[in-house]
Amino acid sequence: MSNSSQWRSVWTTAILVPLFFAAIAVLQVRIDAHTRTESQEKEELLLRSDAAIKKLSLGYDSLLADIYWTRAIQYYGARAGAPHADWGLLWPLLDITTALDPHLIVAYRFGAIFLSETGDAGAGRPDLAAELVKRGIAANPNQWRLYTDLGFLYYWRLGNYTDAAATYLAGSKNPEAPLWVKLMAARIADKGGSIETSRMIWSELYESTKDPHIRKYAEQELRGLKAQEDEIQLDELAGEYHKRFGRYPSSTQEMHDAGMLADIPIDPAGFTYAIGSDGKFHLDPASPIVIPVPPKAPPTIATGTTDSNSNER
Amino acid sequence: MNAPAIEILGLTKDYPAGFWRKRMRRSLDHLTLRVEEGEVFGFLGPNGAGKTTTLKLLMGLIFPTEGTAQIRGMSIDDAGMHREIGYLPEQPYFYDYLTARELLDYYARFFDYSAVERRERVERFLGMVGLATAGDVQLRKFSKGMLQRAGIAQAILHDPQVIFLDEPMSGLDPVGRREVRDIILDLKQKGRTVFFSTHILPDAEMLCDRVAVLVGGKLQGVGAPGEIVSVEVQSMEILFEGRVGRVLPANVAARATQLGARYRVEVPEAELYATLEQLRGCDARILSVTPLRPTLEEYFLRLVGREQAQSHAVEVAAR
Amino acid sequence: MSSIPEVVAINTFREAVRDRVLYNLVFFALMMIGAAILVGQISIGIERLVIINLGLSAISIFGLLMAVFIGVGLVYKEIEKRTLYSLLAKPIRRWQFLTGKYAGLLLTLTVNTALMTLGLGAALFYVGRPLIRADASILVAAYFILLELALVTAIALFFSCFSSPMLSALFTLGIYITGVFAQDIRAFGDLTHNGPLRATTRILYYLVPNFHNFNVIALAAHGEAIALSLVLQNTLYALLYVALVLIASSAVFSRRNLK
Repeated sequence: MSNSSQWRSVWTTAILVPLFFAAIAVLQVRIDAHTRTESQEKEELLLRSDAAIKKLSLGYDSLLADIYWTRAIQYYGARAGAPHADWGLLWPLLDITTALDPHLIVAYRFGAIFLSETGDAGAGRPDLAAELVKRGIAANPNQWRLYTDLGFLYYWRLGNYTDAAATYLAGSKNPEAPLWVKLMAARIADKGGSIETSRMIWSELYESTKDPHIRKYAEQELRGLKAQEDEIQLDELAGEYHKRFGRYPSSTQEMHDAGMLADIPIDPAGFTYAIGSDGKFHLDPASPIVIPVPPKAPPTIATGTTDSNSNER
Repeated sequence: MNAPAIEILGLTKDYPAGFWRKRMRRSLDHLTLRVEEGEVFGFLGPNGAGKTTTLKLLMGLIFPTEGTAQIRGMSIDDAGMHREIGYLPEQPYFYDYLTARELLDYYARFFDYSAVERRERVERFLGMVGLATAGDVQLRKFSKGMLQRAGIAQAILHDPQVIFLDEPMSGLDPVGRREVRDIILDLKQKGRTVFFSTHILPDAEMLCDRVAVLVGGKLQGVGAPGEIVSVEVQSMEILFEGRVGRVLPANVAARATQLGARYRVEVPEAELYATLEQLRGCDARILSVTPLRPTLEEYFLRLVGREQAQSHAVEVAAR
Repeated sequence: MSSIPEVVAINTFREAVRDRVLYNLVFFALMMIGAAILVGQISIGIERLVIINLGLSAISIFGLLMAVFIGVGLVYKEIEKRTLYSLLAKPIRRWQFLTGKYAGLLLTLTVNTALMTLGLGAALFYVGRPLIRADASILVAAYFILLELALVTAIALFFSCFSSPMLSALFTLGIYITGVFAQDIRAFGDLTHNGPLRATTRILYYLVPNFHNFNVIALAAHGEAIALSLVLQNTLYALLYVALVLIASSAVFSRRNLK
């Protein structure tokens, strides 16, 4: 080929190729939008049977597990905080992930929290969460953290203190488990439902995990618990004020002026506490802190289980 | 004057060579050549001289490092030029799942023939190369000679003006070679230009109007076969039989070789008549007297030897 | 009068037939028959699901293997066997040759896919389900598979222009797998908090042929309708990408010195 026609074809190719790629990228965006709207209506997992998937993965189980794990996180991310989202696929995704790779510990831990979480924050299925973690324990009996996660579920979501204590105890038998696990077993057996116990659980969770979603959530809970503790203390002080002055204080400022408080307490978000006419303190309405619902009452039918072992304190 | 059939100007081809592919090996060095219409032109040279490289360059299978070429006035870049040429590659290989008939029909479709014309052509050329009965045999069952014939058929089936044949006689038995020679002569009679490469010199001598000799990628000489070698007769060959009981002259006996009852002796032309006299003197029976021109082969070997010596000297100097 | 690429295409098709490539249909048929019989034994309600999933997946896999293994030899074989020498001496441009070889293999794949789809329909019929309107999505799924194969073939052809069959097959399959998992690769990249890595996976996503676009096997199995706009978009996508690859192949091949 002569040089001039060679140069011409180089230039033609050099111009055409990027043009084509640009057009292709544009099309791809349209196609993606398409599948996204479809999936919002009715997301579909091609296969739900984990046995089938395991066989089809032709031995590349753990790779496929990683892929499903990624999808699970994406699925969560698309729904966390979104009102009235449908969480139906979270369980199958985690189910398949752990079926493909039973040693993917973080998947169990993730499921323990977000499968059981209620409202807009999770799937609201503590029963499935417990099943997932139990499966995790079966496959990884030496992972003492899974025991504490299960204990957490029993305590925090299912209100089942007996099983919670028993699980923590089982976990404490692992030589690697720190002392507090046994302590926890004892505490729950004694005083399940106390704020201190809850705080121990959440701060342990916060310390022990690297997963950013779990950490963020635990931190939120801890702040809520701190606020709750503050409120209880403030309520006590308000009671004393009432004894002294015959009425409840109207604000923490008054209590400070009366010398009962060293300085004005604020909640972890920086807002002051307000007091109601009944003398009980509560959060400033503008504060973003959420007091976690204490696991006192047995769970309602909406979450799927009534645990026959739950007992009142 | 018409455009020449083939005009090659400074055609050069380098190949990357050596372990890192940095050095260049020059397989064709500034070839300049002109072939007129209607010539039968022989392209000679030992193996590796660059003959096949030249043909591949002309066919557009590889691209020149330098230089240009034109066939019937059209550049070798021009796809249309291919309508007027036919090509038989060295050791041709064709789609072995096709029959000979199907192969020719396939190739014929690249030209503008009607279905009827095409069929007629295919039959005609199958017959011309002697494959009429083997038309429906799959090419994978063909012998080398049959493949060669199919190759020639596909090269000329569209009546090209210039036909390029790379080693057309290779793999053929004497009958086959005679047939190919006849085809070439027939093409010449029709006024076509035939350009063929070969290393079998007697064929070239017999068929070609002109030849070019290529050694080591360089053109060594162009001209009529007779021109290229010296016309001067250098020596004479005498064949004779001795008479029973008569002794040969000593100088003759010394130089003669004996084959059964016959003798052969070579003498310089100047000594011819003197030697004949001597033989007459001993009653020898003269069988033949033949002038010996140096053959193309001898010229060739001398050229090749010189070229090899040169390149050897260059190698030695480089060390 | 046929155009030159057509001539080459028909010959390529003829070669595939004579190389007994279409015998894979026999395996497919046997498999579908086996499946239809087996499925009849399982619980009611999911026979359709299983047969369609199995059938369409098989069509996809068989087609993929054919596209790759024949595709990587399309040009390579002609160079190795030197059949290209006498062909290129004819009045044919190199791009016409490439287009013709491509079209020939695509024709083979189309015939193959069509026959298999018929076989799938027959298996469905045998299982006792009358064909319903929703089955149109099976045809769309098969069409999408064909689009996918058209793209894979083009890529195999591209590598065939300059690489040996083994390497070409590896590259082609590699690109195919990347294209299937392209969304996940992008998701991986998005999850990391590494800016350049995320940008890289994003760019990769738009460069790589996104084969996952064409996978509607699940939708077809559940009898879901497939939007016309998706059909048009996928068709356009495939057309553009194939054109792109053929242009690139032509650019590479036109300058190649044949040995």
